[in-house]
Amino acid sequence: MNERRVGWVESALSHLAIVVGVAFSLYPVLWVVSTALSAGSAPERRVLPIPRSLTLDHVQHFLSDPHVVSQAVSSLVVSVATALVGIAIALPAAYALSRFTFVGKEAGVRLLLATQMFPMVASAVPLYIVLETLGLLDTRTGLVVCYATTSVPFAIFQLRGAFDTIPKDLEEAAMVDGATRFGAFVRVVLPAARPAIAVTGLFAFMSAYNEFILAATILGKEEALTLPVVLQRFVGEHDAAWGAFAAGSILVSLPVMLLFYVVQKNLVAGLTAGGVKG
Amino acid sequence: MKRLLLLLLIVLGCPARASADEPLAVWHAYRGDEKTALEQVLAEFEKRQGVKVEALQVPHDAYAAKLTAAVPRGHGPHLFIDSHERIGDLVERGVVAPIPSELAAPGQFSESALGALASPAGLRGLPLALKCLALYVNEALVPEVPATLEGLGQLKLPSGVVPLAYEIRNMYFHAAVLHAFGGAQLAPDQSFGFRGQSGVRSLELVQRLMRDRVVPEEASGAVVGELFKTGKAATVISGPWFASDVGQSVKYRVVPLPKIEAAGGPMRPFLTVEAAALTPKGSGNAMAQALLAFLAGEPGAEIRARVGRQVVALNRPAAGGDAFLAAFAAQATVAVPMPSSPRMRTTWEPAERALKKTLSGAVTPDAALTEAARRFDDVVRPPPARRSPNGALLVLGALSLAGAFWLFTRFRQGELGPALRRSLPAYRWVAHAVIGVGALVILPITVGAGTSLFAGPQGHMHYVGLANFWEILTARGAPLLSSGSFYLVLLITLLWTVANLSLHLGIGFALGLLLSRPSLALKPVYRVLLIIPWAVPSYVTALAWKGMFSRQFGAVSALVEACGVEPFSWWARFSTAFAANLSTNVWLGFPFMMVVTLGALTSVPKEVLEAAEVDGATRWQRLWRVTIPMVVPTMLPAVLLGAIWTFNQFNVVFLVSGGEPDGTTDILVSEAYRWAFTRQAQYGYAAAYAVLIFLLLFVSSRLMSLVNREKAAA
Repeated sequence: MNERRVGWVESALSHLAIVVGVAFSLYPVLWVVSTALSAGSAPERRVLPIPRSLTLDHVQHFLSDPHVVSQAVSSLVVSVATALVGIAIALPAAYALSRFTFVGKEAGVRLLLATQMFPMVASAVPLYIVLETLGLLDTRTGLVVCYATTSVPFAIFQLRGAFDTIPKDLEEAAMVDGATRFGAFVRVVLPAARPAIAVTGLFAFMSAYNEFILAATILGKEEALTLPVVLQRFVGEHDAAWGAFAAGSILVSLPVMLLFYVVQKNLVAGLTAGGVKG
Repeated sequence: MKRLLLLLLIVLGCPARASADEPLAVWHAYRGDEKTALEQVLAEFEKRQGVKVEALQVPHDAYAAKLTAAVPRGHGPHLFIDSHERIGDLVERGVVAPIPSELAAPGQFSESALGALASPAGLRGLPLALKCLALYVNEALVPEVPATLEGLGQLKLPSGVVPLAYEIRNMYFHAAVLHAFGGAQLAPDQSFGFRGQSGVRSLELVQRLMRDRVVPEEASGAVVGELFKTGKAATVISGPWFASDVGQSVKYRVVPLPKIEAAGGPMRPFLTVEAAALTPKGSGNAMAQALLAFLAGEPGAEIRARVGRQVVALNRPAAGGDAFLAAFAAQATVAVPMPSSPRMRTTWEPAERALKKTLSGAVTPDAALTEAARRFDDVVRPPPARRSPNGALLVLGALSLAGAFWLFTRFRQGELGPALRRSLPAYRWVAHAVIGVGALVILPITVGAGTSLFAGPQGHMHYVGLANFWEILTARGAPLLSSGSFYLVLLITLLWTVANLSLHLGIGFALGLLLSRPSLALKPVYRVLLIIPWAVPSYVTALAWKGMFSRQFGAVSALVEACGVEPFSWWARFSTAFAANLSTNVWLGFPFMMVVTLGALTSVPKEVLEAAEVDGATRWQRLWRVTIPMVVPTMLPAVLLGAIWTFNQFNVVFLVSGGEPDGTTDILVSEAYRWAFTRQAQYGYAAAYAVLIFLLLFVSSRLMSLVNREKAAA
């Protein structure tokens, strides 16, 4: 009996801690939602973000743009492509760093880490020139290539850590059975690293999905713009359409939450099955 | 998979290719009615001329960056729209081509507008519209408008209604007061003008306005709008853009700004002239010139005035009896054209700091202005002298020779060759990562880092050796720990990084651990709710946080009040401003650590934990002896990168405290951005900051890994 009561108290306490966390994470967003749905109210000091008069005008304003559907598609295509390309580049490199020794490995890892340390302030114009040379200006491909390569260093670190936890015996057994190194990598190592790949892909997706300066600089066609650029246009020099900006931001973040909901099944699968089999 | 990727790349590449028959391209940053008006003008032109015109609306925050990246290299539009003082700046960067003089017929445009766009090489653009501040009056609350600012303060109003609302902490608005006292933000001799008697008296006046509650103290543009729309502000100082925000919610009229009795003259706001300019690509194009003339001239002006509510810059009586436009046109005649020299841009930061500092009551107006003038002089100091690059080239040459020699000897000793051959299979696995990251990440960074050896305006930079570094590290002659010096800002940055990282990790790890409990109900829902801070675009949430910290209208202040504490200004002291930044960034960042924790916990095999439990380990022991040691290696890279990203996280500092009070909450990277964008565009200097940040991070990460290795060896 006693044990069951301890379990009950414990579970209540964990729920309480998580609910506090949820309140902390929701409270500012509820203010944004309130701005998005509010027709305007006198500013006053108040605790609860409840709009005084409801309206869907701001949501309508955001959705009324004739290009908004193609821009949403553009955003999703760019972000998904970023995640796929980034992961595709990072996977073999992370595997090599985890399994092989080779000349320049240490220096390469250090250089990868070093790329994260340099603030973007000075490298934007050179990046533009590189894209121009490659003929990728004004294309979503150029944007994807930029985002993907930028996400590669972090992805390599994440995936290398995941590969390190997968025992070598697994793929060695497969190779004894006649598989090539690449075959063992694809059939044995990748499935075992699925949770890490899902999480890393999510990171790459997010970084592309919320970026606007580079996207605004590179893209030049209205229907190809990504949603963060579209949102940012609600902020002018002197004033901003806060209601529409807030409404748009909430709408734009819905796919991310959906995606996370899907990805987290992977996290659960990893947890219950255990990262290591056999 | 590979085929799918290839297909995706092809699909992505196709749609945005330019056709042979290139349409005219126009870039602008207009929103709302002005955007609609522009689109109508362009459609009308298309109909009359039978050509295609493509307009692109660029976010204001990315506009200058896009123009300066694209136009000097022959990309971008034929025509773009911007305000005259920024066009002046863009001329030096090769973005603007002078206008053929025959496009501006004598007497067609207003004299002051043309004056603002004149340059020795010719007109920089054709004026479209005039923008300045004026007074919006709620007619129900103020039937008769007092002639003076002092009179506004004595209006008989219902309780809870402020006589006047405007962004009192914004220098653009304060300039109208300064001009009334005969001052200037930039003196005619190009020195800092916000000083002396006029400066002090203007500051004393706004101090009084705030103390006597004539003007609310922390009103942002959004708050000013809400106050006016709900009848809580009798009058508002704002520009023509304010009208679309107010809409039909209250009955109002617009009048020129009042006199200031203490100054003996009217408030005189800045006048900016919005203009259409030709790029070098558009200057040789007859159709682009025709479009320019059409847009600025009569047919375009009529649509822009009627639909876009613009005060058009034509030399004619303001739009037949439209009182709104007439009021702004009248105000424009007493407004002060904003100087278009690059030095003008540099005045904003020190001037606004002085204004905010005085309003917070920290210093006397006199002391604040002396400090501001010193800051301005510091920023506009002449660039370091030109040096011969021969020394650097010699060092570079010697280094590459030494490297080549070292490689050669290792090769001769017979170590490198076989080692390389053994490495070949591994290289096949990393090749595409090396090429991709090398070309698009490392190459731009290297070129950017190289900029730190140069100084001077963009496009005309000269080599100065290590002079930029020397200036930063010696605090440009000021005491080493003086305000804004490299060392002081570094200390703040370290405090910022440590505080953020421990909270990110603490909260993220605890929540991750709780969420991985197998028996927990509602887990999927909790997980999604907890990543919301990460999912919503951070620009809008960071500004929501800033609003929550407002003393008069913020939710945090309401919470503080509910706890029985008198609300205070969060931006007046370092400790509270830092805390505001910190809570925003902790909120933004903990979901990342939570997801990393969740990912890392998947590498802890259930069997090991079960075995430990069977062996009688308590839960606490299992956490510290099994779980944490097993997740640390997986989480270490993410934690290290998290530390680096926090060190360079300037968005939150920029958007929430903006460096307040007095630049004390700025971190190194926000200093670098200020040098690049608000302080005379000193890219070389900003790049030197970036290199120093890089070196600091690199050396400390190397030290850390060496210490770790030593620990592991011991």
